[in-house]
Amino acid sequence: MENGLRLWEVFVQSRTGKPHEHVGSVRASHAEMALQHARDVYARRGPVVSIWVVPTEAIYATQPGDEGPFFDPADTKPYRHPLFYKVPHGVKNI
Amino acid sequence: MGNEAKLLETFQKRINAGEKIEPRDWMPERYRRQLIRMMSQHAHSEIVGMLPEGNWITRAPNLRRKMALLAKVQDEAGHGLYLYSATETLGVDRYQLIQDLLEGRAKYSNIFNYPTLTWADVGVIGWFVDGAAIVNQTMLAKTSYGPYARAMIRICKEEAFHKRQGYEICVTLARGTPEQRRMLQDAINRWWWPTLMMFGPPDDQSPNSAELLRWKVKRKTNDELRQHFINITVPQVLALGMTIPDPELRYDEKTGNWLIGPIDWDEFWRVIRGHGPCNRERLRARRKAHEEGAWVREAVQAYARKRQQRAAQPVAAISQE
Repeated sequence: MENGLRLWEVFVQSRTGKPHEHVGSVRASHAEMALQHARDVYARRGPVVSIWVVPTEAIYATQPGDEGPFFDPADTKPYRHPLFYKVPHGVKNI
Repeated sequence: MGNEAKLLETFQKRINAGEKIEPRDWMPERYRRQLIRMMSQHAHSEIVGMLPEGNWITRAPNLRRKMALLAKVQDEAGHGLYLYSATETLGVDRYQLIQDLLEGRAKYSNIFNYPTLTWADVGVIGWFVDGAAIVNQTMLAKTSYGPYARAMIRICKEEAFHKRQGYEICVTLARGTPEQRRMLQDAINRWWWPTLMMFGPPDDQSPNSAELLRWKVKRKTNDELRQHFINITVPQVLALGMTIPDPELRYDEKTGNWLIGPIDWDEFWRVIRGHGPCNRERLRARRKAHEEGAWVREAVQAYARKRQQRAAQPVAAISQE
């Protein structure tokens, strides 16, 4: 029974408008308990306006080895960046 | 070059470039092992560290002090949990780590094997012990392993309160009656040397240091950290009109360092090997707390099972949720 509690990843938002940020994990048997633990462990001091808990096994992530092939497309599309486009000298606010 | 050697070279290059290592990255098995050892010992220290101070919660001299001490001890529990969480990213199970502690296989900081005899000890612990922890943890906040560094940053932010509430207790005693001043001096005398030992053995006797520095797990040596702590703490002691229990203590104009007499490393090794004043008592208290909490863990499991069963019966579930 000792090893029965699931692992949950905790994300905390410090104020509205900010992104939820990963802060660590807790062990809990179900979501409400995970949320309460997350509050006690990661929100003892403000400011916190929102907490997400996610079962660790529900996270499907890239592998470090993916770095090259997986993210490559971003490097080959310079036309997504504004500086790719030339503007005549002296033209402002464009 | 073999594959392993190539990976190791890339790993060291990343470290040298100041990159953080994250849980899914390749890392040498020894790096993983060393981190599990350090981080779990650190987690255990936070948990066992609740005991000497928790001992004084019911005897705090007033409500303000009691609230502060409760909050501090609760923080230590939280710090233990941040660290177990971070250690689990290395592929170990926190229940196993806790079992290792309860069965006496794991180490924790030596300092918690000393007793808290008077209220002044609570002040001096916050000031010295948390102060020393801050020096160590400020360095670890820059460690090369990402989850450890992030946990340390959270912890450092909270420790500042621990240190100040401790010093405030000491200031009050230092301005108090002759008896209170004697009590404070006695606590300083008892905690000074064990606190200096918290930074670990001297550099020439620290077997893990070179490797940990090369991997930037640590950024400073034990002796460097110890000297920094001494330099900031001695003036704080003197400011209270108290003395340091070291007849050889002197200020070195050339280096700006406070130089101390020899540390009794025999005592350090004696306590580490289980012969400190409170080693047995601390583990006994941990085991008792763990055993007395068994019914809570069982109840949680029973509740989780019940919910699962209910979820498997859609009609019942709808009426309940």
